[in-house]
Amino acid sequence: MIGAASIHISIGEVAASLVLVAVAAAVSLWRRVDLERDLGVAVLRSFLQLTAVGYVIQAIFDSDSLWLVVLLLAVMVGFGSITARSRAKGVPGALGPIVLALATAAVVTIGLVLALGIFHPRPRYLVPVGGMVIGNAMTAAAVSLNRLADEIRGSALRIEATLALGATSWEASRDLVTRSLRSGMITLVDSTKTTGIVFFPGTMVGMLLAGARPLDAVRLQLILLWSLLGSVALSSVLATGLGYRGFFTPAHQLRDLEDGGS
Amino acid sequence: MDLTLEPGATALLGPSGAGKSTLLRLLNRLADPDSGAISLHGEDVRSLDPRALRRRACLVPQLPSPLPGTVAYNVRFGPSLVGRSVDPTRPLELAGLSSAYAEREASRLSVGEQQRVMLARALALEPEVLLLDEPTSALDEHTRAGVEATLAELALRTGVSMVVVTHDRGQANRLATRTVNLRDGRIDG
Repeated sequence: MIGAASIHISIGEVAASLVLVAVAAAVSLWRRVDLERDLGVAVLRSFLQLTAVGYVIQAIFDSDSLWLVVLLLAVMVGFGSITARSRAKGVPGALGPIVLALATAAVVTIGLVLALGIFHPRPRYLVPVGGMVIGNAMTAAAVSLNRLADEIRGSALRIEATLALGATSWEASRDLVTRSLRSGMITLVDSTKTTGIVFFPGTMVGMLLAGARPLDAVRLQLILLWSLLGSVALSSVLATGLGYRGFFTPAHQLRDLEDGGS
Repeated sequence: MDLTLEPGATALLGPSGAGKSTLLRLLNRLADPDSGAISLHGEDVRSLDPRALRRRACLVPQLPSPLPGTVAYNVRFGPSLVGRSVDPTRPLELAGLSSAYAEREASRLSVGEQQRVMLARALALEPEVLLLDEPTSALDEHTRAGVEATLAELALRTGVSMVVVTHDRGQANRLATRTVNLRDGRIDG
């Protein structure tokens, strides 16, 4: 058993939790949800990826090198950007805006929490905080760009009619960009509102399990939640504010989208 | 295709798929041709600022798609982009709408009324040429006759030139002094 004062977890305890995965597989088989294969892949990938990253983080903590932290965060921005782009397929030329959005969110958020003296500039703080910031920024960029593609496809006629009055691409799509930005931010704003009532956020759960005092766990969680709000806003505003350009030519023409227009 | 449009009203007539709407969109650079050139008063349109060009040659699309907001907002929008503020009354009146429409929500109007809003907001820019893409195709017969009458009167009152895309020979004859027949992207006959 995992004791309150102990944070050593054996591989046997991890294996035991596979029983719950078996429950999920049973549900999938019973109701023919056809997710058994995906469950298997998910379990295997999460095991391999987290174990690998565990060793990487251990090595970075041991070296105590900030350069390695920067390298790790850069790799996260890279993978996060590729993932976000694959989710926002409908946005032409999305990779550039996404990379810029994630990198800026990471640099500004981490820079601010360091400058404000909230965290010490040590790998053991920067790695987990950076990972959360980049992960949330990635989701926000993907969600807001996805929404932008839907909005622009759905309003193509109106956009062209507005361009025909001599409007710039920005003037013709500004309100759609705003709506997309909102959709990128709203999820985290809403979950921040209900946090502690409907669900316990992961950091707090982790700290409580590791034996921290509840109030310390809560304070750290608040710092993270509030910082994430800023990083998600930065990421969405950059992703949509730059990403909308992909739909237009420099001559303020709406590009032919594969499935739209006549 | 080699085509020169004179001042006055010209109809581009042809079956659907003949390239009429595409040609219209090339004139104000909502699209660019793969090859060839379009000139306005001898100037290649690609050398002009597309926004300035679109204010001079203003397109009224086939399907009305006003901006969310009032009729007056829609009419004022185009001029406001270049810092001009206009009284929506005259453009509305030219388009056949009384000023009572000004404060109504554009998207709640009938299709025929919306089409007139689209016309009014183009007129608010005081363009040299109106590019009308099947201006009555979304309308029923009665409304169609009304919009046609408005367009005919407009040409007389303001002297604005028009290029009207239509598949209706009768409409071409009623609205235009010249008709260009298009078929499969070529001038026919």
